[in-house]
Amino acid sequence: MSFKESALREPLVEGNKSYKDVTNDITNSIFGTPTKGWFVAFGLSVALLLYGVFCVTYFVYYGIGTWGSNKTIGWAWDITNFVWWIGIGHAGTLISAILLLFRQKWRTGVNRAAEAMTIFAVMCAGVFPVLHMGRVWMGFFILPYPNTRGPLWPNFVSPLLWDVFAISTYFSVSLMFWYTGLIPDIATIRDRAKKIWQQKFYGALSFGWTGSAKHWQRHESLSLVLAGLSTPLVLSVHTIVSFDFATSVIPGWHTTIFPPYFVAGAVFSGFAMVQTLMLMTRKLLRLEEYITLSHIDSMNRIITLTGSIVGCAYLTELFTAWYSGALYEQYAFMNRALGPYWWSYWGMMLCNVVSPQLFWSKKLRTSIFWTFFLSIVVNIGMWFERFVIIVTSLHRDYLPSSWNMFSPTWVDIGFYLGTFGLFFTLYLLFAKYFPVIAVAEIKHVLKTTGNTPAREAELKAIMDKAAAVDAA
Amino acid sequence: MGSKKFLLGIFGDEDVLLEGVPAIREKGIKIYDVFTPFPIHGLDTAMGLRESKLHIAGFIYGITGTSIALGFMTWANTFDWRVNFGGKPFWSWPAYIPITFELTVLMASAGMVATFMYLCRLAPGVQKHIMDLRQTDDKMVVAIEIDEHTDVNNLTSILKSSGAEEVNTKVIDDWYRYKIA
Repeated sequence: MSFKESALREPLVEGNKSYKDVTNDITNSIFGTPTKGWFVAFGLSVALLLYGVFCVTYFVYYGIGTWGSNKTIGWAWDITNFVWWIGIGHAGTLISAILLLFRQKWRTGVNRAAEAMTIFAVMCAGVFPVLHMGRVWMGFFILPYPNTRGPLWPNFVSPLLWDVFAISTYFSVSLMFWYTGLIPDIATIRDRAKKIWQQKFYGALSFGWTGSAKHWQRHESLSLVLAGLSTPLVLSVHTIVSFDFATSVIPGWHTTIFPPYFVAGAVFSGFAMVQTLMLMTRKLLRLEEYITLSHIDSMNRIITLTGSIVGCAYLTELFTAWYSGALYEQYAFMNRALGPYWWSYWGMMLCNVVSPQLFWSKKLRTSIFWTFFLSIVVNIGMWFERFVIIVTSLHRDYLPSSWNMFSPTWVDIGFYLGTFGLFFTLYLLFAKYFPVIAVAEIKHVLKTTGNTPAREAELKAIMDKAAAVDAA
Repeated sequence: MGSKKFLLGIFGDEDVLLEGVPAIREKGIKIYDVFTPFPIHGLDTAMGLRESKLHIAGFIYGITGTSIALGFMTWANTFDWRVNFGGKPFWSWPAYIPITFELTVLMASAGMVATFMYLCRLAPGVQKHIMDLRQTDDKMVVAIEIDEHTDVNNLTSILKSSGAEEVNTKVIDDWYRYKIA
């Protein structure tokens, strides 16, 4: 192979694995019966999902007047959750596409699960704006189809319609990217399967993959172009989501900083969610040799970087509000920090600006406990950010007589919990029945980056040389 | 009579394979195909395969998406149904960019994936003949098509000397039938 990785780099796969070991380690959990822990987690997720379905049925039947939104605060819980879930999805595409273009080989251990997370998170996000339409059975009105009303086309210059295109494209492209990557690994499972249903199931899903050299060549070409397309796509999605706010005339929303600020925040929260899921996955499926501490360290560095960008954006926003001299803008920010929703603003500041800075310490960055704890903190913080942007900007508008407060109803909360149910149900099914780690990609980098005897010997030689230089 | 017979050289290491494949080809032997569990960079040039043109197809699909989006929005907003948004121009092309971009990406990706599936004959439920079950696990399989005139012993020794760990024969009776699961 033309590629050579320095032995000084930490191995991406620990434990001197052969190709066969990689296949077995990753596919074994698929063939075995699920563990008790899996059943408990799956049962809880399905219960949450069913409760969510009940709440959705309830408010579709009675109308979205059952939500806590009111005349002043027309966007509240639903759009907060929509933006939060969409943001979470962004890390998966960043890992699979942007890090592929940057030749970051450590991504191979985590990309498959992160891409799955993207797809499930976008599904969870999508249900919020769709159900916010109220008469959800009229949802197809947003599509430009030749209708009997003229035909009257949707408003192509509205950011809300751009969102429709951005999110549906994002979902479709992520799904195709993920599935084409999965095909060779499903073929690996198909050829190991013993039970009839497994042979049929994985046989049908493997699309007849054989591993022919020409097919691999096309597969590589396809992956590279899809990565190249997904990279601007993922940046465009949260940019367009931020346009929903930035093109309005609401103080606190009408800012040009929103697109980069939203994208950085999305990657920030997405990586936090990847950490939460990876720490659980590596433990439950015993994949500690594939998702190593150095993976966790790398992802924590990205969290610190994007968290710092988000922190800078918050401060820039504050400065701009003061410097603009615009009274309404200044009031919006005073009201965020010192108004009735001060706790959400300071919660956001603490979780998003202060907490990622703890990762400057290598000890915390490589600690499982702290990573898990801070990943949850970051996700709470990013939820607060969207709540701050949406609710505190809206609740005191230009007309003080219509100032109002927002509190979610049980329906709102149930709807949000339901999306957690959907997310974890899908993720657990995926983790049980599909390879959570990209088998073929790991094998591809195994020889150059694995913990092989050759690399061990090389490392020892380098260390001995360094010791000799030190002694001299 | 859709019966085909292959001699399979089983390799266990990608570097040995990358040296072995040109060595086999130098002897004037035609390699039917090489099956590997993971992509091996340089194998396509070693086998003398043409470069993939899939990315050109992707470009054409993308341009198609761009044209459809721009053309449709232009037509809808300037000819079919003009709507006056506060006196703004009917053809406000900068505001068409987001949708144009999204459609470009969507059509390029979907078109490329469909073309990939078509060229490789991949579809849900398709089953193909697998030369050796280990080709999706840890072994690389060099398949050479043989018939009754082939000097199998000579070919076996060439494969062995090129680095094959073992050499097997594989007969596939119903070659032209793809099975549907």
